[in-house]
Amino acid sequence: MNNKISFREVVKTYPMKDTTFNALDRVSLDIADREFVTVVGPSGCGKSTLMGMAAGLVQPTAGEVLVDGVPVTGPGPDRGVIFQQYALFPWLTVRKNVEFGLRLAALPAGERRLRAERAIELVGLSDFADALPKTLSGGMKQRCAIARAYAVNPQVLLMDEPFGALDALTRVQLQDQLLHTWSQEQRTVMFITHDVDEAVYLARRVVVMAARPGRVQTVIEVDLPYPRTEEMRLSAEFGQIRNEVWHSVYHQAAPAA
Amino acid sequence: MSVVTVPEKTSAATAVRRGARRPRAIVLNLVAVAIGLAGWTLLSSVGVQGLPGPVEVAARAGELTLDGTLLQDVLASLRRVLLGFALGTLLAIPVGFLMGWYGTARGLLEPYVQFFRTIPPLAIIPLAIVLMGIGEVPKVFVIFLAAFLSSVVATFQGVVGVDSTLINAARVLGASDRVIFLKVVVPASTPFILVGMRIGLGSAWGTLVAAELIAAQEGLGFRMQQAQLYYDLSTIFVGLIAIGVLGLVMDRLLLLTERRLTGWQERR
Repeated sequence: MNNKISFREVVKTYPMKDTTFNALDRVSLDIADREFVTVVGPSGCGKSTLMGMAAGLVQPTAGEVLVDGVPVTGPGPDRGVIFQQYALFPWLTVRKNVEFGLRLAALPAGERRLRAERAIELVGLSDFADALPKTLSGGMKQRCAIARAYAVNPQVLLMDEPFGALDALTRVQLQDQLLHTWSQEQRTVMFITHDVDEAVYLARRVVVMAARPGRVQTVIEVDLPYPRTEEMRLSAEFGQIRNEVWHSVYHQAAPAA
Repeated sequence: MSVVTVPEKTSAATAVRRGARRPRAIVLNLVAVAIGLAGWTLLSSVGVQGLPGPVEVAARAGELTLDGTLLQDVLASLRRVLLGFALGTLLAIPVGFLMGWYGTARGLLEPYVQFFRTIPPLAIIPLAIVLMGIGEVPKVFVIFLAAFLSSVVATFQGVVGVDSTLINAARVLGASDRVIFLKVVVPASTPFILVGMRIGLGSAWGTLVAAELIAAQEGLGFRMQQAQLYYDLSTIFVGLIAIGVLGLVMDRLLLLTERRLTGWQERR
C-alpha cells in the first residue's frame, strides 16, 4: 500500500530556561493512502504537534514529514484541518465560511456555490446556511467546520480532537457521520483524540503515544470491519481492543521526570 | 443534535423582549429628566443665589438660536472636533495595524505611543500655541492627538489579540499573508477599532472645549469663557447642555455603527 503521510524521525524541541524540552523524539509513522488512523496519548505527548507538522503549521526541529513523498514545507488546501475550537470566522455565515477556501481557489461563482451547497448538505446544515456561527450549537459549529474542510476536497483530513468539546450524544452522531462520509470518499484521515472509545471505534489503526519525550508507544490494529455499528461498540472484540489501548495509554511506565 | 438554537426563534425572542422593555425604559428616562428639571427649578428659586432656572436658560437658548450665535458656535466646535477626530482616526488605524502586524514597527513606534499617552493632550496646548500660533491649527492638532492616541492603542490591541486559530484556519485553506490580513485580521479587529473610536471621540470632545477656553474667537468653549466674564450664567448653561447633547448624539451614532458592523460577535 502506498504511504500518504510519512513521518521520518521527526524531532521537535522547544528551548527552555536551562535545557530544551523534547516535545517529540524521533517519531516515525506511516499512514497509508485512504487509511483512517487515530492517535491517542496522555496530554503533553506531542500528538497535536505531530498533526501540526503534517498540516504544515509546525516545523520539525529535525527529520521530515512527507505527503505523497514530497516534504511538507507549509500548509496547503490538499490537507484539510479541523480544529477542536471550530475556528469558524464569526463574521461570516455558514455558507460564507464554507466558501472561504473555494474563493481562495478562485473558482467561478456558480461552481463555488454548488460545491458549498453540497458540503453543507453533507453535514446536514442546509437549513442554517445563512446563519451566523453565534446562533449555532457546538455540534453544528463543528459540522460547519467539517463542511468548510470538505468543500475544498482535500485528500487528507487532519483532525485535532474535533469532538472533544461536545456532549456524548452529539459526539457519537458526528463520529458516525464522519465514518459514513469517509466510507464514500475514502480520504486519508489522521484523527487526534484523548478518548479511547472514539479512537477504537473510528480507526483501522490506533497509534498510542507516550509523553516526555513524546514518542510512539505502540500501534494497535483494530480488526473490525467497516461500517462500524452501535452493536460493534458493545461487542466483546471491541471491548478487548479498547482494553488493550486503554492499558497502553494509561499504564505507561512512569516518565523519568 | 443536543442543543439546537433556531436563529429565527432567537431573534424573535429578542425582539419581543426589547419591545416589552423599550416603553418602560423610555418612561423611566422621561421621569428622571422631569425630576431633574424640578430639582433644578427648586434650587434656583429658593437655594443658590444667581442660579438661572430651566426657563431662563431655555429663553437664553432661544435668543442665542435666533441671533445665530448658537449655531455658529456649534458649527465652529463641530468642525474642529470632527476634523481632528477624522485625521486622528485615519492615521491611528494604519499605524495600529502596522504595530500589531510587524514586530519591527511595534518596536519603533511603541515607545512614542506609550510616552505620549501618559501626557494629557491638554498639556500640549501651551507648546502648540507657541509653535503654531492661536489659529485653528493648534486646536485641531491637540484634538487630533487625543483621538489618535486613544484609537491607535485600541487598534493595536485588536490586531495583537486576533485568535491564532482563526489565522491557522485561513492558512490551511490556502490563504496568503495578504489574504489573512484583509479577510481575517481586519474583520476580527473591527470591534476593537470601533471601541477605540468611541473612546477617541470622547477625548477629542473633552479636549476641544478646553482648547477653546484658552484661545478662540468662536465656539462653545469660547462662548462660555466670554459669558463667565459677564457673569452670564444662562449662557454658560446653554453651552454646557449643547456640549452634552452633541457628545451624546455623536456617541450614539458611533454605537449604532458598531452594532451594525459587529453584530456577529457572541455577547455574554
